[in-house]
Amino acid sequence: MAAPFLPKPSLQKPAAHGPLLYRRPVLALLLLLVPPLLWLGVLYLGSLLGLLVYSLYSIDDFTGQVGNVLTLDTLKSLFTAPSNVDVIVRTVLMALIVTLACAVIAFPVAYFVAFHTRGPRKALWVLLITLPLWASYLVRVYAWRLILAQEGVISWVTAKLHLSWLLDEVLRLPVLGGPSLSSSYLGMFLVFVYVWLPFMILPIQAALERVPRSLIQASADLGARPAQTFRRVILPLAVPGVAAGSVFTFSLTLGDYIIPGVVGAPGFFIGQMVYTQQGTAGNLPLAAAFSLVPIVIVGVYLALARKAGAFDAL
Amino acid sequence: MTATLTPPSIPSLAVELRGLVCTFGTVKSGTVKSGTVKFGTVNAVDHVDLEIRAGEFYSLLGPSGSGKTTCLRLIGGFERPTAGQIRLFGQDVTGQPPYARDVNTVFQDYALFPHMSVLDNVAYALTVRGVDKATRNKRAGELLELVKLSAFASRRPAQLSGGQRQRVALARALVNTPKLLLLDEPLGALDLKLREAMQTELRSIQQSLGITFIYVTHDQGEVLSMSDRVAVFRDGRIEQEGTPQDLYEYPRTAFVADFVGGANVLPGALVGRVGGRFALRPERVEVSADGPGLNASITSVHYLGAQTRLELDANGVSIHALIASSRKFTPGQTVNLRWDAADLRPLED
Ligand SMILES: Nc1ncnc2c1ncn2[C@@H]1O[C@H](COP(=O)(O)OP(=O)(O)OP(=O)(O)O)[C@@H](O)[C@H]1O
Ligand SMILES: [Mg+2]
Repeated sequence: MAAPFLPKPSLQKPAAHGPLLYRRPVLALLLLLVPPLLWLGVLYLGSLLGLLVYSLYSIDDFTGQVGNVLTLDTLKSLFTAPSNVDVIVRTVLMALIVTLACAVIAFPVAYFVAFHTRGPRKALWVLLITLPLWASYLVRVYAWRLILAQEGVISWVTAKLHLSWLLDEVLRLPVLGGPSLSSSYLGMFLVFVYVWLPFMILPIQAALERVPRSLIQASADLGARPAQTFRRVILPLAVPGVAAGSVFTFSLTLGDYIIPGVVGAPGFFIGQMVYTQQGTAGNLPLAAAFSLVPIVIVGVYLALARKAGAFDAL
Repeated sequence: MTATLTPPSIPSLAVELRGLVCTFGTVKSGTVKSGTVKFGTVNAVDHVDLEIRAGEFYSLLGPSGSGKTTCLRLIGGFERPTAGQIRLFGQDVTGQPPYARDVNTVFQDYALFPHMSVLDNVAYALTVRGVDKATRNKRAGELLELVKLSAFASRRPAQLSGGQRQRVALARALVNTPKLLLLDEPLGALDLKLREAMQTELRSIQQSLGITFIYVTHDQGEVLSMSDRVAVFRDGRIEQEGTPQDLYEYPRTAFVADFVGGANVLPGALVGRVGGRFALRPERVEVSADGPGLNASITSVHYLGAQTRLELDANGVSIHALIASSRKFTPGQTVNLRWDAADLRPLED
């Protein structure tokens, strides 16, 4: 006879009966994950794959007909045709500078909101930061065109302040300048920074918000001056936030095709290239090839950031 | 130079607090003052005077919310006093920021830097002082050896157990040999066995390094076994100060008698005195089934292992007694209580 306190065999497998989903937790997880997986897998990755495949189709230069022959020529032309290289370099440089500027401007704002506001006041600040996102992106971009235009707000204000010479001086700068702010790289840069700034502030603020206050006190306690605490404790812990924010600002700038069209100097950006090649120019393979560029660049960027330890504190 | 009149002396007092007050909350305009406490504010620390000698293991004991942590934070410089003065080793530091004070803290939540290895955490105080890498790593290695964590030097804090983190926090706070170490309930998260081991370890580290420790806890057992002296806090004030023996044997108030070791607080009339109140330790109460003494009935019996705790009722006053578990009593039983008159400690009102 078995000892009375040994569990009965049925008790050793308590999951043998009971609700199916309880017995098979993996099944429940799968059920939960199938819709998002379908979305991500089929619609998202699938269409990316489609782009890649499409960029391999050949195009007849003469008729403009897409042929069935697969070729790497279109992808190669991205790096060989000077006009294409121009577009890529121009866009990547703009994206880098915009990201850098956003990070520099966003950090103090995020720092202030995270460390120097509380309760309803903090909520108000977050609201103010996201407020620009409430209005249509197009409306804001066109508003900026008016602000930056030759007879716009900025030139009016500088004239009133007798600073028109300064504005002219700025517009005479090589590369950055142009006939007016609204048709210069400088103007485009300003609009990009304005439009993407919330996407940089919020992740940094979230990262700073998670830094326990006791770490900052511990640092001071061990003899670190405020600047040292900032460099050795606060900044490293905020880096994942900066990395996340920079992925937003960088990739949003890389892919944007409205702002370079509405504000800015002549000279195509990647987004515009995709837009015109699939539209008026009717070169779908080249459009597909161009749309792969930001994806690859952001992928490389993330790999580099990871290698540099940007996500170590996560 | 000619001979000076006073020999160069090491300041014998590590900490002096004079009339220290720390008030939280804001007074809104138009609120009424009632006495010294303004409406809408809390005096977390309320006119505390304290002197701690260099090399002492000094404990702040008190119930939750009694102001122990605030007092410690005032000494560390994380909180600004509303009034009063803080002197450390003879110097007035009242207005100094934490990094300018020769004080380190072991935080209740350890506050280890998650993005640094254990070694870098321990070396931090040296890093920010510009000590070169070889020297600081050597010193940090010594400290890790002291807390028996040498094998974990390259790990991240997240990869350690609670007890190990606690020891890293201790090593980090000791690495630059501060003159004063503040510990805020550092053993709170540990299990009983580890806690007892750490108590012994803390005490021996303190004695071998000769550093002044200020130790905050609400665990009176911990305090009695480790401290040189103890201050019992109540509502932001020091209720009584003294050696563990003083507090245990000669509590001055009913609060201290009850909080430190859970003594009975009995009215004089019950114990054959004229008036006032008296403390009587539960283990000094003799319980017998018959014979002379105060008549009482047993309300409940709690088995604690080696000892058994009896809750008794004597003429409407509840008394508890600790007796050897070998003696058997049952609830409802009527017994007689006796004690040595010398064990009755008169209390202030
Ligand atoms: N930042 C603060 N703002 C307002 N009130 C506070 C603040 N910090 C502490 N208090 C109040 O001050 C009093 C003392 O708090 P303190 O943290 O010093 O207590 P404690 O003795 O350490 O308690 P515990 O054992 O629970 O840690 C409490 O009434 C608390 O509510
Ligand atoms: Mg506390």
